[in-house]
Amino acid sequence: MSARGAFPISIRNAGAADLDTVVRLDRETTGIEKRAYWQEAFARHVAPPHNGRLFLVAEKDGAAVGFIVAEIRAWEFGSPPCGWVFALNVARGLREHGIASVLYDQLCARLRAAGIDTIRTMVAVTNKVNLSFFRSMGMTSGPYIELEKRIE
Amino acid sequence: MKIQKGSLLALYAALELGQEPERQLSTADIAAKYGVSAHHLAKVMRHLVRSGLIQAVRGVGGGYRFAGNPRRTTLLEVIQLFEPMESTVELAGTAGAAATPVIAELRSIAGEIDELTRAVLDTITLRTLLNAIERRAKASAPSPPRTGRARQRRPA
Repeated sequence: MSARGAFPISIRNAGAADLDTVVRLDRETTGIEKRAYWQEAFARHVAPPHNGRLFLVAEKDGAAVGFIVAEIRAWEFGSPPCGWVFALNVARGLREHGIASVLYDQLCARLRAAGIDTIRTMVAVTNKVNLSFFRSMGMTSGPYIELEKRIE
Repeated sequence: MKIQKGSLLALYAALELGQEPERQLSTADIAAKYGVSAHHLAKVMRHLVRSGLIQAVRGVGGGYRFAGNPRRTTLLEVIQLFEPMESTVELAGTAGAAATPVIAELRSIAGEIDELTRAVLDTITLRTLLNAIERRAKASAPSPPRTGRARQRRPA
């Protein structure tokens, strides 16, 4: 069931047949078709062995309507293992019905089962939709700061 | 960042009214609950009405009602009604030549901090803040007293 009980939602591991839907959902949000990127992501996160990689899909009435992708990352600049979310998407017309919350909760449950107690992500400061969502799930600024520089 | 008194009073009011958007409350109700000056809060309420964030309800049993959507209204929208969100880096008087690049670099750093501050405040909605406050209250609530049976099990 979606978090607000609007309609039933089921969460499952992504399969190879979900590639087209994921590419479409991402394109509808970002305006860019990134098929090669998602093919690589599927090769790493969908095909076994998973090795701490999670690619979950939300299904409504048998159709994939959202996804979340994460992996367990360890010891980057001394950080103990944590769950790192790097993609989250829900079909535009179905947003604000709690689907992302169900995906997020299921992801946390699976990370917890794998012995992970911290979840992290990095989102552009201008991406208010995703930042607000992660905030609403209780996430706050963490102990790492993103830095960048244009390479001359 | 120092949250000014006006912003804090506005957040008290917005949280209280946003908790149940259909409910009407008077300035006195909110001032009493948070232990703040009703006089100062009244000024803040008028400002919130002008901004469209809350509505004044006239007549018997009147008061104020939340006019927005607590799931969409962010802390930034409330706070920036009462204070500027930009840092200032300057000294009174004319700066010498050596000061100019220092001030320019410090302004750039202050701009980074301001951008992060705005990003944080602009992505926390009133509903998210209310949920966080509830979680904090639950976490700090005293544990229920042990039952007599549980005490009996304790070793002597």
